[in-house]
This record gives sequence, C-alpha cells and structure tokens, in this order.
Amino acid sequence: MKVHFVIFIFFFSGISICFSQNSELKASMQRGNEIYSDFCASCHLEQGEGIAHTFPPLAESDYLMENREASIRGVKYGQQGEITVNGVTYNNVMAPLGLDDQEVADVMNFIMNSWGNTSEKMITPKEVETIKK
Amino acid sequence: MRKSVLLLYLIIGALSFSCAQDPENKVDNPSKVPFEPILLIDELQTPWGMAFLPDGSMLVTEKSGELIHFKDGVKNKITNVPEVYVRGQGGLLDVEVHPDYKNNGWVYLSFASEEGEEKGGNTALIRAKIEDNSLVNKELLYKASPNTTKGQHFGSRIQFDNDGYLYLSIGERGARDENPQDITRDGGKIYRFFDDGTIPDDNPFVGTNGAKTAIYSYGHRNPQGLAMHPETGAIWDNEHGPRGGDEINIIKAGANYGWPVVTYGINYSGTPITDKTEMEGMTQPFHYWVPSIAPSGMTFVTSSKYGDWKGSILVGSLKFQYLERLIVEGNKVVKREKLLDGIGRVRDVKEGPNGMLYVAVEGKGIYKLNPKD
Repeated sequence: MKVHFVIFIFFFSGISICFSQNSELKASMQRGNEIYSDFCASCHLEQGEGIAHTFPPLAESDYLMENREASIRGVKYGQQGEITVNGVTYNNVMAPLGLDDQEVADVMNFIMNSWGNTSEKMITPKEVETIKK
Repeated sequence: MRKSVLLLYLIIGALSFSCAQDPENKVDNPSKVPFEPILLIDELQTPWGMAFLPDGSMLVTEKSGELIHFKDGVKNKITNVPEVYVRGQGGLLDVEVHPDYKNNGWVYLSFASEEGEEKGGNTALIRAKIEDNSLVNKELLYKASPNTTKGQHFGSRIQFDNDGYLYLSIGERGARDENPQDITRDGGKIYRFFDDGTIPDDNPFVGTNGAKTAIYSYGHRNPQGLAMHPETGAIWDNEHGPRGGDEINIIKAGANYGWPVVTYGINYSGTPITDKTEMEGMTQPFHYWVPSIAPSGMTFVTSSKYGDWKGSILVGSLKFQYLERLIVEGNKVVKREKLLDGIGRVRDVKEGPNGMLYVAVEGKGIYKLNPKD
C-alpha cells in the first residue's frame, strides 16, 4: 500500500510539474504573441512565413531551431550580416528592438512553438540575461 | 447565349472601370538608367534621415541615436544628442535644416522620446544648433502624448514649405482605433508649425474645442515620407498601409485621409479591416500600392541631371529593397520603375542642393547616384 502511495505521489508530482511548465509556457507564448504582432509581423508576417531573400521565415526555420543562442542574441540586440535560412541566403539588418529580457523570452517561446515549430526547453528571462552581445 | 456573353463583358467592364487605379502593382525594370550608384558614406546600420548643409556637407541620423556630420569624406559624431527611446520602430529619426540655415543655424530632429509621465515613448521634435561638433541651444518644439510601449508607427518626417512652415508627420503608434480619427489625440496626424514650434493661428483646428491645434491633417497610419511639390509648393506624404494600401497623399488643411475607416489594405493576418475604400468627407490617396512596398522617404526630382526624370517622384521600398520612380502625368501615376533592385532596405531618398540624388540604405550607407551622360 505504502509503495502504491509513493508511486502515486511520484507520478502525480511529475504530472503537475509537467502541467505547470506547460501553463507557464502557454502564458509566455500568449504574451509573446502580442509582442510578435507588435514588433515582428510587419516583416516576418503573420504566419512567420517571411519574404524569401528579404525577411527570413521563422516558421519551420532551420536557423531558428538550430541556433538557439544566436537567435536569442538577434532578438535581444538586433541582427546584421549574412545568414542562411532553409537554404536561402539573407543579408539584411534587423535593428535592435528594445525589448526587455522577459519580452525577448516571451517572443522567442512564441516563435519557437508556433507554425509547426516545437521546442522542448522553454526560454526564461534568466537564459536571455546570460546572452551577451 | 449572346445576352449572357454581353452581360459578362459588361460585368468585366464595370469591374475594371470601377476602380480609379489599376488595383495591382505594375512595376517596370528599366533596361537603361541615367546614373551610376556610388557608396558615398559606408558602414551605417539604419540611416533614417539626411539633410544638406550649405557647405556641401551632410547630416545623417542613425536610428540607434547617433547624429553624424559627414564632411570631406569623414564621419564626425555630433555629441549631446538627446536621449532617444530605441524600441521597435522608434529611435533617432529624421533630420532637417532650416531653409535659412546659413543665417540662423537651426537643425531640426525628430525622435522617439520617453519624456512625460507614462511608461514608453512617443514622437518628439526639437531644434538645436551645432557648435564644435556638439548640439547646443536645444529647444523642444513638440512632444506627442501619451507615451506607449507599442513598437510601431512613429512617423516622423520633417519638411519645410516655401512659406517657411514646418511640417511633421506622426504615425498612430499602434492605436489605430483611438488615435487617427480623433483630433483631440496625437498620432496618425500631420502637424504644421512656425519654425520656432509655435502654432499658426490659421491651422485648421485652432478654435475647435479640445483639438490639438498643431494638427494640419488626420486619418493617417504611418507617414514616413514627406516632401514639398516643387511647383505647387504643396506637401505630399507617403505612408505605410497595413497589408496592401500604402498611399501617396497630397496634404490639405483639415483633410481626413480615412485610416482606419477606409483603406485599400487588409490586416497582416489577411482578415479585412473595413470593406470601404472611400467615403464622403475622406480624401482619396493620389496613389496607392497593392501589395505594399513599405514606402519610407520620398522626394521629387527637380534636377535635369537625370535625363527625363524631372517631375518624377522617388520613393524608397523597405520591403522589396529598391528605389521606385513614379512617373506622373496630369494628376496620376502613369508608370513605375524599379531602380537599384535588391540594394537593401531603402530608408530615405533626397535631392541635394547640387541637384544630385542620395539614397540611404540600411546595412549599407548613403549612395550618391552619379549621373551618366
């Protein structure tokens, strides 16, 4: 009986941790969605599709999903110079957006978990804070 | 059978004549151009505005907050520039010099400013003089309120007209349902001042209860181009629409340009904003773009150095990264040309006092278009 109880607690706490992370992510994504429409959608477009050769796509973007740190840095400090996204070369400027660390985390969580993108590890303001220019 | 074919023709005919303008953009790629682009000032990130001083030198703003004086091939940083609110589209924006700069030395700057009670920022206009590479005698001429943390639509071009009036555009700051149609609020407006920032008595809303009396016209979305027509002396703007519906407007006192009640554009998401493109009491654009080219910076060509270009309008495209030339006949655009295709996000275009054309490109710098004979 005791063993059952321990197992029960074990599973239950596991599930609730999982849930709380999920709801945290959801809340972050929701805030991120607002920031996205405000700061990003006019170039990267509503579905993250971008414009080939001008504004790189975020939806199913290999660059975004494989370069977590560089992507955070780009959103935090702006982006300039040549990058390759899904086989297409981009050489453009994204001026610094002026977002705080929480906002950077929120919008990153939104774009990394939308339009077919999924990311296992949620981005926190702490992680953003550690990323320097 | 015949009747139905006739009806079909009638419907097609009616559809094609019902619009004042061809609804789709048709832009030509000219095979020959009358210029050679030369990178005059290199290594700029977001050169937002430029102005020319009587000695042939140039002032250039960087959105990040730097004011650059470019003289004899050297970039000098001007110090004591006001603190700017760098967020989203906000930062240090346009620069203009007084028409009588030679005698009074006034330089005008527009920028996103945090001044005020609320969190965030809004567009401000100052004038100052340059002494020993530093801004002195700074005077705040206008500050839009309230501040907001929204990242969009600061507008911000500055333009003088022949009578010495000073015009400033301010975008609707991401509050399209509150600002542009309300003349008691800032944003979504074009403003008119005397050169010292005081408000002319004959501004259209002087005497209207609660109105911001600096307002000259309203119902704008985000005007990032402002230029004076060289013959009529009228102020023209270009402004960003949403998805589709970028416009060129001829600015008239007290006129309402309709945003967001009437527009040729739709939301970025593809959903409609309104089904109306015109309405009584709202001024139609001189020209509109569908799809959007994201126009920023505009100038009229008055110079005869570029073949038959005199009288054309030049507009920078941020979205498609080229310079557009619009050829005007009578009161409409008859032809559009794509120049400098793929050069980068074109932020501003100006004709210098020497009759040469200058183009500011993000990530590159300032190009001079050297005329080819």
